[in-house]
Order: sequence, then structure tokens, then C-alpha cells
Amino acid sequence: MRIECPICGSRDRREFYYQGAAVAVARPAPDAGAEAWDDYVHLRDNPAGWHDELWHHEAGCGAWVVVTRNLTTHEIRDVQLAQSVKEASA
Amino acid sequence: MRVAGKGLIDRAAPLSFRFDGHSYDGLAGDTLASALLANGIKLMGRSFKYHRPRGVYSAGSEEPNALVTVGRGAAAEPNIRATVQELYGGLEAVSQNRWPSLGFDVLSLNDLGAPFLGAGFYYKTFMWPQSFWEKVYEPFIRRAAGLGGLSGAPNPDHYDKGYLFCDLLVIGAGPTGLMAALAAGRAGADVLLVDEDSRMGGRLLAETQEVGGQPGHLWVDNVLAELDSLPNVRRMVRTTVTGVHDGGTFGALERVSHHRGTRGDGVPLETFWRIVAKSSVLAAGALERGIAFRNNDRPGIMQAGAVRAYLNRWGVTPGKTVTVFGNNDGAHQTVRDLQDAGVHVAALIDSREDAPLLPGVQVFKGSVVSNAAGRHGLEAITLRTPLGEERIATDCLAVSGGWNATVHLTCHLGARPEWSEQIASFVPMAGAVPGMVAAGACNGQMSTAACLAAGVAAAGQALGREISVDLPQAEDDPYRLSPIWAVPGKGRAWLDFQNDVSVKDVKQAAHENFRSVEHMKRYTTQGMATDQGKNSNMQALALLADATGRGIPETGTTTFRPPYTPVAIAALGAGARGKGFAPERFTTSHAVSVEMGAPMVATGLWYRPSYFPRERENTWRDSCDREVGYVRNSVGVCDVSTLGKIDIQGPDAAALLDFAYTNMFSTLKVGRVRYGLMLREDGHVMDDGTTARLGETHYVMTTTTAAAGPVMRHLEFITQALRPDWDVRITSATEQWAQFAVAGPKARDLLNGLLDTPIDNDSFPFMACGDVSVAGVAGRLFRISFSGEHAYEVAVPARYGESLFKLLVERAEALEGGAYGMEALNVLRIEKGFITHAEITGRVTAFDCHMERMISAKKDCIGKTMAQREGLLDPDRERLVGLKAVGPVKQITAGAHLFNEGDAAHRVHDQGYVTSVGWSPSLERYVALGFVRGGMARVGERVRMVDHLRDVETVLEIVDPVQFDPEGERVRG
Repeated sequence: MRIECPICGSRDRREFYYQGAAVAVARPAPDAGAEAWDDYVHLRDNPAGWHDELWHHEAGCGAWVVVTRNLTTHEIRDVQLAQSVKEASA
Repeated sequence: MRVAGKGLIDRAAPLSFRFDGHSYDGLAGDTLASALLANGIKLMGRSFKYHRPRGVYSAGSEEPNALVTVGRGAAAEPNIRATVQELYGGLEAVSQNRWPSLGFDVLSLNDLGAPFLGAGFYYKTFMWPQSFWEKVYEPFIRRAAGLGGLSGAPNPDHYDKGYLFCDLLVIGAGPTGLMAALAAGRAGADVLLVDEDSRMGGRLLAETQEVGGQPGHLWVDNVLAELDSLPNVRRMVRTTVTGVHDGGTFGALERVSHHRGTRGDGVPLETFWRIVAKSSVLAAGALERGIAFRNNDRPGIMQAGAVRAYLNRWGVTPGKTVTVFGNNDGAHQTVRDLQDAGVHVAALIDSREDAPLLPGVQVFKGSVVSNAAGRHGLEAITLRTPLGEERIATDCLAVSGGWNATVHLTCHLGARPEWSEQIASFVPMAGAVPGMVAAGACNGQMSTAACLAAGVAAAGQALGREISVDLPQAEDDPYRLSPIWAVPGKGRAWLDFQNDVSVKDVKQAAHENFRSVEHMKRYTTQGMATDQGKNSNMQALALLADATGRGIPETGTTTFRPPYTPVAIAALGAGARGKGFAPERFTTSHAVSVEMGAPMVATGLWYRPSYFPRERENTWRDSCDREVGYVRNSVGVCDVSTLGKIDIQGPDAAALLDFAYTNMFSTLKVGRVRYGLMLREDGHVMDDGTTARLGETHYVMTTTTAAAGPVMRHLEFITQALRPDWDVRITSATEQWAQFAVAGPKARDLLNGLLDTPIDNDSFPFMACGDVSVAGVAGRLFRISFSGEHAYEVAVPARYGESLFKLLVERAEALEGGAYGMEALNVLRIEKGFITHAEITGRVTAFDCHMERMISAKKDCIGKTMAQREGLLDPDRERLVGLKAVGPVKQITAGAHLFNEGDAAHRVHDQGYVTSVGWSPSLERYVALGFVRGGMARVGERVRMVDHLRDVETVLEIVDPVQFDPEGERVRG
């Protein structure tokens, strides 16, 4: 699998560390309540389709990226810097 | 036998080789199979299950029968297909799966027991009694199983791996692939053309047809010459694309040296390539399938296309009197080629009522072959004609049941092929692999002219541009066939030659309700051998479809998975043996430590000294005790450079640390160090360490050796994904600084001999830090302690590490101290109750370590919210304690579990476990840390330690984790 790092270009996925769903970017407020925190830390969707997920370009530039990948075909539709995603949501 | 005037072999270059101990001659350009056939050798192997005598069946990598062991001793390579093995002078091959000899084989008795060994035999037979498994069934199966054996010696061969990138990967160099590569090459694309054969050209090397008015192989030579003149085209022969992976990534195995007589000269035997291609053209061609009939596995029965290949490419006829059996016009070409070469053709048997006639040969229309005779080599066949049975003497039968498009690679990403009624074959689903265009025979285009045109079109489609190339004249006959999968009748008609699966087995599977093609496969083992059913899956599933009353498309195929042909694990793991297994990280003191005799122990990728042995020390414990004494009584020196060092700078550096650590760092004074605890977001401890504030906006964080990478990743996540608004930069400086602990009552005395400006307790109190000049070198000094002693860590740029280490050890020795290793470091920290990853295993909380008060109430931090969960604050949780032995047994073992006295040592009574143990020479007893339900509330209680693995049982007392110098006075010196 290849991931198009927005900084480095197309790279083999073995340069990346896989983290999980990109919901990790949307950290709740400390007082958001047990349900919100349970959801944030533990509950994940496992869609047979498109999925936003976090990868870390550990053996490259060190960027965290949000990869939009189809879990059934491994097709990658979009790769964004996690920083851009966070800034856009702020 | 060799046929005069035929073949692309070099008749002027004879080569001598050995097979089963006998010497034979072949020619340059031969494969082992063609050379054996040229010598009249038909019997080349034994089948797996029934040990039936078998001869070569194909002329390519799909070969099921002619599997041999090549080479001798440790370098012997089993299961080499004789059809792929190129001949070289001195080649030695032996046949497999026979004992004592290929001609007389004891286990061929299995063949007589065949009625009892049908489909599902293993599942039905080796069921009971259970006690028979280990002693009777398994040894029997193991002895009978497997074809070639491994040498049992380490593999002396060298394997390599490589990476390639291109605009267009063309897989297969037959007419389609050559045209695709030519079109793309001329258009300026970066082209990689690969073919598994030793020579490019595909079927054009095996047929007599002309292309562009010249013999096919000469047209191939011209195309290759042009391709080689293009700097943007790279050609690779002997390279099989074995797998298609996501994102235009391909696995390919290059057999670099199998055709060379010399080995061990640094050239790899095989190279495994990872190819990244922007687009690809699959021109994999087609594989000819057989027709099942009674005894259709006799040596001398082979693919019609293989007979033509042996004749036209290698100048060999597999028989003196050849018979051809087919269901399509293509089979007729075999007769013409043989006759043109002067080989006698006894008959052409065509299952079609409307088969065309052919001059010069008796044609049996609407007829089939129903049996074959000749155990070690074909002698005669029986025909079933509309007029009755007939017997024909023949020593070679060329069979063609049509061709299967080689769709394998198009299915590796999960696509299923589609059934084409017209050519009675599965063909690739369009768009099965993104960026890949299937073309030519593998896409169901069966004439040479169609292939040539398809190659050009495919290159254009793959590259997304118009390409026009003049197409040469070529054969454009229609492909006409009438499917026939098996000839009905008594006896065993074989499908999978490798696993000895017969037509009857498939029918039995259907009868026993294994109707799914995947179930039939597993029940009968159809297609599960090394050829993965290339020669037989199609016939088997067609028969299953028939037996279950369904159509072929409805029945479907089994799943095509990589690799296309077998790949040695040694090739996949090339470079990863021995030193190549994992990178090694060495500290600047490594060489000196090794010189001092220290056994080096792996900690992650790093290597650190266990201890520094001295003369007259008998065990590691002697050395360790002495080294602990250095630190407790004088001064010890230890390389701590492997700990992660993360440089953090910027106006928001303090904010980052406050967020990453549970405790406050924004309040830390410049020139001071603080211990920090880091949680994961789920409230469990991630790591701990000290962080020094070197300036208002400049910190240096220390992580544990093991967590240096994860902590860096974690901080990058915070700064990029959670708080990109913060103005802070982080970078790893682990390898830039060499850092040494100088610990013990005489630590300051030692340092003051090296520092250009001496320190005292006022200028450098406990937890102070700052820039210093060490023997003229700008460095950093931290007054921190992992031993509870008056101690420092001194850091210098890594290039001064070795000389500083030597200097420190020399000075320490002058003060009756010296270097200490990991064993002593561990004892020192256990005595003081300092935790490491032996304690913070990932399921331990700050509360469990009695550090809950380190979670600051004044700010948010990672893990804070989740750490407040009720279940994580239960006082009855397993919490950190110290442990000491109080009964007659003094031994404590890490990993042992704890039970209340009087309870049975069963899991349900588990009270906790021991995490770390060391012998304390200072306290003259074992000191241990562990986790016990209720933790410190139980200090003074006794527990039973039971180590079920080492069979140790000790009575322990729960004590404070700090067992040495509980007041902590020594550290302030």
C-alpha cells in the first residue's frame, strides 16, 4: 500500500505507523462527561467502506496524517495533514 | 529425442549433467526437462499421495509432475520444476518422493490401496482413537508427506531484495507484452518489462507461426533489440510477478543464479523485488488445460502446447509415435508441426463431431481417449469412437482441452473473474486491479494478431494517452472449441496430478454435500499443491458444477492468492538473517565496554553492558555486588545515553509539557529538573522520566529507553493533531548527546576534577541543571539520581562520548569506584523503589504506583479525565509495594504470583505478582517490587509467593517500596 504524504509524496506504507480512527483528533473537553470520553477513547466504528484514520510518517518527516481509506478495497481517496484537519475543525 | 533442424538451442554448445546419478548430455538453451526428454527420459517423479510414476506434463512454471532436487549438500534445493530449471554444465538433479528408486518405489503400494484413500480419507480415518494421533497417525503422515526434503543444514545461499519504480509495468513478454512495452517505450514512458522465462517471446518461441513476414522468434529478437536501445525501458527475465498488492505495488521473484553453475561469488541466488508502478499491463497469457480420462497421468501424456514447445523451441520430440487428443483447432497445429519435423503422428482424436480433417493423419472425429497403458511410460491408448473402441500404440499423447486465461494476478485484490462462454474460460473482471489493464490471451484474446493489437491498446489505456504503432501481420485464426472436461468411464481419471485428486473425488465431495467450490477444494485437496491447481482447477470446478446441477459461473472459482508461483521464505526474508534481522544501536562507550569484557545485553535495538567482570569473579552476581558497592560507597559510572532525549523549544514549550505530563512544568525554574509522569489518554501510565528546564522556552525531556519512540510520536501527535495552535518545536536529540551517570558519595569529587568550573552543593543542589565545561568541552550537567545516591548525569556531544567515558571510569577507579552495568543499575533502583517498564506495563495507573497526587488539579493533561474513573481508583486494586522474604526460603522470583497465606495457589485467589527482584548487597537480602491488592494499606502483612514455572515458594512480607535509605538523605549529599 502507498500513502501520499502531503510533505514527502508517495511512500510505502511501511514508513508509516498506524494509529486508528481519526476521531482521536477531536478530543473532548475535560468536563464533557463519561459518555463523550468513553466514546473518544474506546468506541470505534468499523465501516465496510470509507474510513478516516491516523497514520504517522514515523520513518519520514514525522507528520501525522489523516488518510481517507476504503477498508474493503484499500483505496485511498485523500491524505491531509492532521494539523490541517484540526485547524479546519477549530 | 532430438529432432534435426529444429529448436532455438545451441547445438555447438553441449553440456553434461547428471540425473539420479547417471550422466547425460544436453545443449545450451535446454531446460532440464527438455534435456531429459532429448535423452529419452520420461519418468521424472512420483506423485504425492499414491506415488504414481509421472513424467513432464508442461513446458512452463505450471509444471505439476517434474519436480526435482537440484544441487548437493546444504545448497540442495528441493521441488525445482525441471521445466523452469535451465541446464548448465555440471548440473546435478535427483528425483523425489520415491524410495529406494524412481523405477521401484515402495510407497507406490498406496496406489493399490486407492479405494480406501479417496476424498476426505484423512478426515474420516485419523479421527480415533485420540491416543493414536501422536504415536501412529502423525509420524505416518509426516513420513509420507512432502515432496523434496530440505538438506537440514543452514542455507548457504545468498538472497537479496530490491525496489523498482516505473510508469508502466508490463507483466509477460509474449506478443502482447512485447507490443505493450514497445508502444509505451516509444512513447517515452518509464517501462519495466518482466517475464518469468529465461528468454522473452512467450508462445512465439514455441510456435512455428510468422509475425511480420519473419519467423516469430526473429521478430521477437528485433523487438528486443529496439527495446534495449531505449534508455527508458528495462527488461528483466527469469522474474515472476508473484503478487499484486495495494496502491500499484507488486512482488516479483527474480531467479538470478539458478541457471549458473557457480555459486557463492556474491551474486544472489534469488532477488525479491518490490515494484511500484503507476500503471501496469498484464500480458500473462494462457495455460493449456487437460482432459481427464482413465490413467491420463501416464508419463508421456502432456499438454499439446508443451509438445509443440519442446519441438519448436528445444528441438525435441517427447515420443517416436505421437498421438494428439483435443477439442479445439489449436490442437491440430501440433499434428502439422510434428509432421513437418518428420515425427510420426499416429492419430488425431477430436471430441468434436464437426472437427476439420487434416491431411496425412487419421482423424477420429467425435472420439475420446478412454484409457492409457504403460506404467513407467505411455505404450498405448484406448479410444472410444462412434464405431466402438480402438487401441493405438503410441509413446506420447498431446492433449488440449482448451486454454485458461491466466487471470491470477487480476484477482489478488479480491476481484472474481468472469466466465466467458465463448472461449470456455474465466477472464479478468474489468477494473479488477486499479491501474492494471489485462490484455491478450490472459484477457481472452486468443489469436496472435489480436494479442499484438491488444498490447498497443493496453499500453495506451494504461498510460492514458493515444499511442499508435504499426501492427505486423500475424496469425488471426478463430479460436474454436467445444468444452470437454472429463471422459466418462471406469477407473481413475486424474485432475490434480500433484495431490492425486480424481474425477471421482470431486463427485464424491459433491455427493457428501461439499457443494461450495471452496469446500470441495479443501475436502479433496484439489488445487492445494505447489501448482495451486493451474492445470486442473478449471476441470474440477466444471465437474463440480455438473455434479451439483449448477452452471460454471454460478459455481465460481476458488480464491486466487499470491504468490503466483512458490517463493522461498529465504527470498522474502532476504537480508533479514543474522545481523540483518534488526538494526543495532551502539552507544559511544560500546567499544570500550566490550574491551572491558562486559557482556552486552539488548535493550530494544540498543546494546548495553550487563556488568563489567573482574578477575577472580565467578558469577555475574559477584560483579554486580561490587558495582552496587561503587555507587553506595564511592562512585560509579554508567552510560545512560540510550534514554530518549527530546529537545523542546518555543514560547509554548511549558504548555506542551503541562499537557503531556500529569504534573506542572511551567512552574519549574530555569536551571532545575523535575520528575514527570506521563499517561495515555485512557489514564494508564505511558512513561516517566525527568525534564530539565534549560531556558525560559527551552526544555530537555528524558524518556525511558524503551519508550523513546512512542513518546516522540505522542508529543508529535499533541503538537500537530491536538494543539497545532501552540508555538513549540520538538526534536529527538537522543543520538546527539552522550550522557553518563556519575553516582555515589564521591560523585562530586570526581566531577570537580573534570569540570572547568567546580560545583558545590549551593551552586548545584539536588535537581539542578545547567551548562558546564567538561575538560574544555561544552556540556550539560544534571543533578539527578536513579540510585538514591548523590548523583549526576553529565552530557557531552556524542563525538566526545567515548573519551569522556574512559576519563570518567579512570577517575572513578582512582576513587575506588568504577563502571557499573545494567544489573547493578537495576539493583540500585529496586532498593529505592524506582519504577521501570517492569512495573509500568501498560495496565498500571498513577494510582497503582501511589502517584495519584502527581496528577495536578490545576490543569488538564492527557489521561487526566479517564484516570478519575471509579474502577481505576478502587483501593482494592493491585498497587505497588516492596517485598522481602521472611520465611526459611529467601529466594524471590520476578513473575511469581502472590496469595494470602492459607489460600490455595489458584488463580481465583490471586493477590498480585512480583515485578522486579535484585540481590541487595547493602541489605544482604533480596529486594523486590510487586503489585498487591490493597497496596500500601497492607504493609506488614505476609503473603505466599508461588512461582509455578520455577517451582519456588517463599513467604514474603509486604513493605514500603523504598527499602534502602527510606529518609532519602543520601541523595542530597
